[in-house]
This record gives sequence, C-alpha cells and structure tokens, in this order.
Amino acid sequence: MDASTWVAKRPEPSALARLFDYKPFLIAVCLFPAVGLLVVFLTYPLGLGVYLAFTDTQIGGNGKWIGLLNFIDLMEDPIFLQSVWWTFVYTAIATVGKFALGLWLALLLNDNIPFKSAIRAIILLPYIVPTVLSAIAWWWIYDPQFSIISYVVVDQLGLRERYYDFLGEPWPARWSLIVANIWRGIPFVAITLLAGLQTISPSLYEAAMLDGASGWQRFRRITAPLLMPILAIVMTFSVLFTFTDFQLVYAITRGGPINSTHLMATLAFQRGIPAGQLGEGAAIAVAMIPFLVFATLFSYYALGNRKWQQGSDND
Amino acid sequence: MATVSVRSVRKAFGSVEVLHGVDVEVADGEFVILVGPSGCGKSTLLRMIAGLENITRGEIAIGGRVVNNVAPKERDIAMVFQNYALYPHMTVRDNMAFSLTLLNAPKSVIEEKVGRAAGILGLEPYLARYPRQLSGGQRQRVAMGRAIVRDPQVFLFDEPLSNLDAKLRVAMRAEIKELHQRLKTTTIYVTHDQIEAMTMADKIVVMNGGNVEQMGAPLELYDRPRNLFVAGFIGSPAMNFIKGRIEGGVFRAGDIALPLPSDPGQAREGQPVVYGIRPEHLRLDGAGVAATVHVTEPTGSETQVIMHLAGSQVVGAFRERIAEKPGQHLHIAPDPALVHLFDEQTGTRLN
Repeated sequence: MDASTWVAKRPEPSALARLFDYKPFLIAVCLFPAVGLLVVFLTYPLGLGVYLAFTDTQIGGNGKWIGLLNFIDLMEDPIFLQSVWWTFVYTAIATVGKFALGLWLALLLNDNIPFKSAIRAIILLPYIVPTVLSAIAWWWIYDPQFSIISYVVVDQLGLRERYYDFLGEPWPARWSLIVANIWRGIPFVAITLLAGLQTISPSLYEAAMLDGASGWQRFRRITAPLLMPILAIVMTFSVLFTFTDFQLVYAITRGGPINSTHLMATLAFQRGIPAGQLGEGAAIAVAMIPFLVFATLFSYYALGNRKWQQGSDND
Repeated sequence: MATVSVRSVRKAFGSVEVLHGVDVEVADGEFVILVGPSGCGKSTLLRMIAGLENITRGEIAIGGRVVNNVAPKERDIAMVFQNYALYPHMTVRDNMAFSLTLLNAPKSVIEEKVGRAAGILGLEPYLARYPRQLSGGQRQRVAMGRAIVRDPQVFLFDEPLSNLDAKLRVAMRAEIKELHQRLKTTTIYVTHDQIEAMTMADKIVVMNGGNVEQMGAPLELYDRPRNLFVAGFIGSPAMNFIKGRIEGGVFRAGDIALPLPSDPGQAREGQPVVYGIRPEHLRLDGAGVAATVHVTEPTGSETQVIMHLAGSQVVGAFRERIAEKPGQHLHIAPDPALVHLFDEQTGTRLN
C-alpha cells in the first residue's frame, strides 16, 4: 500500500478508552477521592462531634441522649464563660496586632529596600517552623528561671531586681500568649498583603502624586481601598485561625494559671480528652461553630464585596 | 500656561546613560511631540519633566522656574498615562475630582469644574460609572478629563493612544488636537507613531538613542530631513534609499543613472552618497529608468508598487492605475527638486 491507495480511517477505540470517554463515569471517578476524604475525615467527625454534644458520653462508656443539657450546664459554668470571653479578647487583640505589624512590614517590603529578598525569606521563618516547636521556644523565653528576657534585663542590664514571672499570673500569661500569637501570625499577613500591594499599578501612585496627593493621602485613598478586598480575605482566615488556636496556648500554658488562658478550643480538649467528658468537650467545640460562621460571613460580605470590582455591565 | 525649557539634560540609570544631553524649547501654548523608536528615551524625558524621574544633569524649567528639585505636585502639570492610570475604586466623577478633593475645594467648585470637563469630552452620561464599566476610548477621555479639571500649566501625554484600536486612534487624534486648539495649554506628547506626530504637532522632536536628531515643524521635517534617520522615520511609506556615487553630474548606482537636485549643496563629484526619494515623489515616465515590479498594492486612491532597482528595493506610490504584472518593468523617474542626498558615512544631509 502506498500513499495513493491508503484510505484514512480512524481506528475503533478500545472498551477502556470508551469508558473513560463516558462523562458520568469520569465525573464519578474524579469526584470519588475528594468526596471520600471529606466524608471520612471531615463530615463524619463533625457529625459525630455534633452528636456527642447532645449526649453524656464519657471515655470508655456509651452515653445517652440528654438533649441540650450540656449547653445549659455550660451557660452556668464560669470557666466556660471566661474561656468564651478570653477567646474573643485574644482574637481581637492578636488580629489587630498582626494586621498593624503585618501591613507595616508589607508596605516596607513593597518599597525598594536593600536585601529585599533576603528579608522576605527571614520574615517567613515564623510561619515555616512547626507551631509546636515555636511554642516550645516561646515557653523557654517565658520560663521563670531561664527566660532570656529576664536574663538580659536583670543580669546584663541590671534594670530590674527580680526575674519576670511571665506565665505565673493570669494577665502576664495572657499578654505573653498574645505576643507569641502575633509573632506567629505576622508572616502570613505580611506576605499576603505584600502580594496584594504588588497588584496595585505603580502608575496609580504616580497619577496620584501628580494630582497632588501626599504620602499619607496616597495610602488612605489609593492603597487602602484597593487593598481592602484581599485584606478582607486575609482577615477572615486570620480570625478563623486565631479563634480556633490550640497549639500555642496548649503548649505554653495548658490553659493555666487557674484556667485563665483557656481558649474554647483548649477547654474543649481539656474537658473531652484528659478529663474524659467527651460529651461536654464536644458541646464546647460545637458552641464555637456559630461564632466562626458569623465571623466568616461578616468579613466576607461586609468587607470583601466592592462595587467597583464587579465586571463590566455596559448599561 | 507656560513655556518648558529642557537644557542639556542627561539621565543615567546606574552606569547606563539613556539621555545624552537633550535640549528642547517649548513655547507657550505649543503642541510639541517627542517621537522616536522604542528605547530612544522619549518617555524618560517626559517623566523627568513630570518629576517622576530625577534629573541626572542639566536642568528643566517650567514657566521660567527651574523645577529640578520641585516635587511633581508642585510643578502644576497634568499627565495622561499610557494605561490611563484611572483609580479603579472611584467613579468617573471622583476620578476627575480627585485633585480638587485633595485641595478641599468646595463642592460647588468641584461640581462646576468636573461638569465643564465632562461637557468638553462628552462624558456626562458616564459620571457615575466605574472605570471597569467603560470602553477603552471612554477611559482615555476620563484620563484627559482628569487632566483638564486640573487646569494645569502643561499637559503631558505618554503614548495615550497606543492601547486603542486603529479606528478609535484616528478619532481620538483629532479630538486631542481639537482640545488643544480650544484650551491652548502647552502640551508635550510622546509617541512612537510618526503619523500621530505629523498630524497633531506644532513642532516635532525626533529622538533616537538618547539624542535629539531633529526638531522642527512637521512639514519641515518631511521636506528637509537633516539626516538618514529622520528621513527614514518621518513619512509613510518610508523614503527610498539607494546607495551609489556622483559621477559626471548624475547619481550612479550599478548601471542606472538618476538626476541630481538642481542644488546639490555639499555633494561633490565622486563622493559615495545615499540617494533618497519619497515614494510619492516618483512618477511614471517613459524616459525614466526601468524597475522590476515585485508586488502591487492598490489602495483605491493610489497604488503602491514595490520594485527592484539597481539592487535596492524601491517603493513607489502612484495616482495612476498600474497594469504591470510582477516581473514586468515600470519606467519611473524621480522629481529632481524633491531628491534628498545624504553622506554615506555620516548620514547627514548634503543638499
């Protein structure tokens, strides 16, 4: 056979090839892993947690349905109420701190400064180190005997007579945790806001400069509004992460002293696992859900949706 | 309104010098266009006038005041950017009013000034829209509106039409020229498009490689380009160049002879020269030289013919209909009064 006698004819696809061209089959195959993982590791535990919250289950025993009794008990539990209050305070102060410092850092890095890429890499460091590791480092920093801060201030500079007792009193312990959380949260905020800043065209600043805007006016009228959409998203994530924080607090103070630094997440764990009251722990965890949903919806809709971002409708 | 003086201005980025001593004088109310190929330094010069780049050496004066160390906002200039640089989070009205808002101007003043600028540019129906909701031409107009509202001493345009489609570009060209005739504000306009330069400018500054090649009125540049670069840059289709030498009172290249202009200037017998003739200055002439037709491009009003003559490619633009097919010969003759002679070594004009 040569080129003149050859007739073009597409070969018949095999059964397997036909199966993979069959759309419903493809959809099922592609969805299966994701749905499977979600069901096994997310939906089932969440569902079980919600169920447990309405039972009096303890570790090693089968509980029975007790309705809202767990929640009614919690409403009268001063430790729980204090943990709710502290979770809000912790989230609020830490978020403000993270965003103030993170934005400041992002603005610095967005300018032309020497060793920019090296500084960027260093800034990411707190984020790369596993939280538990950095928590242990902070624990050492806050240690009553071996604290480096006490060492510098007392032994080296002689500014104080006694060592600091960072974690022995409620308020110093709370502030110590907030500082550690801010330190840990800055890189995420700084790097994402820096990415947001870099999407703002430099010619906008030049135009504003020619229009007569001072540095502050350029920040307030150009940078801030244009950064708002990404700021809202970063803020949402940051609030969620801080609100549900567990590792830092549990590794540094374990909720102490006298339960003063228990967040809802650490209290839920404390009650559920070491104390064995699975039902009560689950109830505390479930009580966080409305706050989280509200925080998400608020920052998403109130801050994230800008009229000027909406697509071109030429009406 | 004001004059702008650029005196021996140099600009270096690190050790790379991109402007090598540029002098430009812009009279009050004049429309000056800086034109040149990419990387010739024209945009850099404009940004230096605006104050967005600092001046390495030399000085720039606006309205007689040296502004080397004056902040952009104190220079009383307005600039239209290539990408328009409209504030995406502000409506058209707020974009145009931005500079006035910063001055805490009273609401009535803002309303009046924005209204007037919007009227001039036909933007009234769009004042409440966001830039995203506008077409390219409308955005362009908003950018100009923002400049007009400022009522500055000098308008600066940085390739304002290069993001528009061809048809809109022609329309906006006329609009900008009309705007200048109406407002009579001193204008400096940067473009790489020589047609924009020819059609709009009072004065063209042709730049190349960080130097000013020639400065003058559009037709002056067209009629008497000072060197090969300007000759090739101004005019479309571009001027034809044929290399050869002057022998026996005519120009010879290979086996053809072409007439010299009546006043050959500094061109001497035996000198190697470049013979320049614009396509529209070639005419059909039975007694002329024979050129081989390669491609004919009829446009209706005229026909452009790409021909080969003495080893060079030559383009002719003829009013007549051309019947000759590729490969056939066409007898053409240049108009001796419109011939340009250039030194082959230095590229400078001889006649």
